[in-house]
Amino acid sequence: MWRPSGTFDQTYRQDMAIVRTPFRWGLLIVCLAALFLFPAVGSHLGWSLTYYAVSFLNTLAITIIAVMGLQIVTGYCGQISFGQAAFMAVGAYSSAILTTEAGLSFWVALPLSGILTGIYGLIGGAPSMRIKGFYLAIATIAIHFVTMWLLMHLSITGKSVGLTLDPPSLGSFVFDNEERMFYIIMPVMLGLTFAAKNIMRTRVGRAFVAVRDNDLAAQVMGINLYYYKLLAFFISCFYAGVAGSLWAHLTLVCHQEQFTLIHGLWYIGMLIVGGLGSIPGVFFGVLFIRFFDEIVLLVSPYLATWFPWMGTAPAAALGLTAFGMVLAVFLIKEPRGLAHRWEIVKASYRLYPFAH
Amino acid sequence: MVTEKILETRNLVLSFGGVKALNGVDLHVKNEEILAVIGPNGAGKSSLLNCINGFYSAQQGTIHFKGKPIHHLPPHAVARLGISRTFQNIELYTGLTVLENLMAARHIHMKRGAFWGGLFFGPALKEEIRHRVIVEEIIDFLEIEPERHKVVGMLPYGVRKRVELGRALAMDPTLLVLDEPMAGMNLEEKEDMARFILDVSERRRIPMIIVEHDMDVVLDIADRSVVLDFGTKIADGRTEEIVRDPRVVQAYLGEE
Repeated sequence: MWRPSGTFDQTYRQDMAIVRTPFRWGLLIVCLAALFLFPAVGSHLGWSLTYYAVSFLNTLAITIIAVMGLQIVTGYCGQISFGQAAFMAVGAYSSAILTTEAGLSFWVALPLSGILTGIYGLIGGAPSMRIKGFYLAIATIAIHFVTMWLLMHLSITGKSVGLTLDPPSLGSFVFDNEERMFYIIMPVMLGLTFAAKNIMRTRVGRAFVAVRDNDLAAQVMGINLYYYKLLAFFISCFYAGVAGSLWAHLTLVCHQEQFTLIHGLWYIGMLIVGGLGSIPGVFFGVLFIRFFDEIVLLVSPYLATWFPWMGTAPAAALGLTAFGMVLAVFLIKEPRGLAHRWEIVKASYRLYPFAH
Repeated sequence: MVTEKILETRNLVLSFGGVKALNGVDLHVKNEEILAVIGPNGAGKSSLLNCINGFYSAQQGTIHFKGKPIHHLPPHAVARLGISRTFQNIELYTGLTVLENLMAARHIHMKRGAFWGGLFFGPALKEEIRHRVIVEEIIDFLEIEPERHKVVGMLPYGVRKRVELGRALAMDPTLLVLDEPMAGMNLEEKEDMARFILDVSERRRIPMIIVEHDMDVVLDIADRSVVLDFGTKIADGRTEEIVRDPRVVQAYLGEE
């Protein structure tokens, strides 16, 4: 039961299953257990890197949620959006306002800020009804700047000062540090990943891909283009809103400098590196770019000592330069992203000892 | 029921600037009938199909489907009424598998939205399985079982043509519109396709409009033919008679 080649499906239900063998079920449970035990065990035993690793995992998980949403609208529905960072900001600010001004509990504000961001995303997605491709990309950049302008000038969003939040609590237990927030962020991320996978293998997901692959045929097959484009933006922005809300409750501040246009570009970059139109691709892309980013952060201080004649300029520019280079390499060498590489590895493993 | 008109166009006029693509076309399709629309390149065949589907809206004239006017409806609304179509240049969802392409065509018959789909539990799962059974019957009928889980973009041309017919059938149409189903095929593939089309007609009793250039095929499968030339209907009747009509011979089959 190591390899799926020996398993045969007898029902359609089996054929649709994601996890197909007992071995894989075991692996999944072990991995999830390790993931959830790590922060508690690590901090209990006093491992020195635990705090750093957990905060890294939290950032990863929040980024995965945001990029998962982007995958739905861009990777699956084919509507390119550079506005994901702005939508995250909307989620962060709305959850801050809902918890501090409206006095709602975090547990209500989390889904509610997702829905509010989704509704805001309908405005953001409206241009997709008339324009596509490059022009839509530019329109979403405009939405980013409009959003940032609003956050900067409305008094309810604290203008240039931003907002501060209280940490979420459950009864008397307060989620006031990275290790505790981990137990909110991780389940939300896993749940939303599962939901995204399911949406993509049912009716709505197939309609999204139909709109992406052939909008002409999609209409002839009874798919309402406008409805599904807007629905894709709604779901995508729901994910961004939840990600933003978690981010706000992790950092306990909301400021528009946390959500710059470059973040929106990074998210698209992660999708390209990971693979457009693939749920595992989101994980690959976010992990790759985040690790890459950490490495660049470690290396860049040394640049000034290795190349003193260049001053501090290379250190400051290294992140963006390297990011641009990675994107260019992926677009030329592997435009289908790491997810496609992963499929090749899986296929050759299954076919071993025959050549793929 | 055989004589009832399922689709009828009256005085259809469509022009692009100064070019009249359709110039007062009247035609009808009867229940259980295979109607061939033939004519030389630029005769307005595809424009006619696009008017029926709702991609173009004719400047004048009406289209009635099962007695209801459809000429003002958008394409997806026309599809919901039960008009399904294939294209001359295959227009499949290239990133999806054969199975997913056919399941996507069940769209109008399925109900569950993103919420239930996201849970993949209860109603959504039952719905998936129910429609999977219907789609599997079509896969079985078209003999494309080995291709079921293959991505459509990787399949050879003849198979893709067949998958496109399958997708049109998966919609459970009450009128099937086929735009050059034999284009670019070799003799064997044409024979297969003709057999599938006749099977669909006999078993499912679905009326069809077929645009086709291969006159042998048209003679074999069409009950009736309509000939268009420069947007005008020049002949309408039994295919065997049509091909002997001097005007048709002159316009289309070439002068002798």
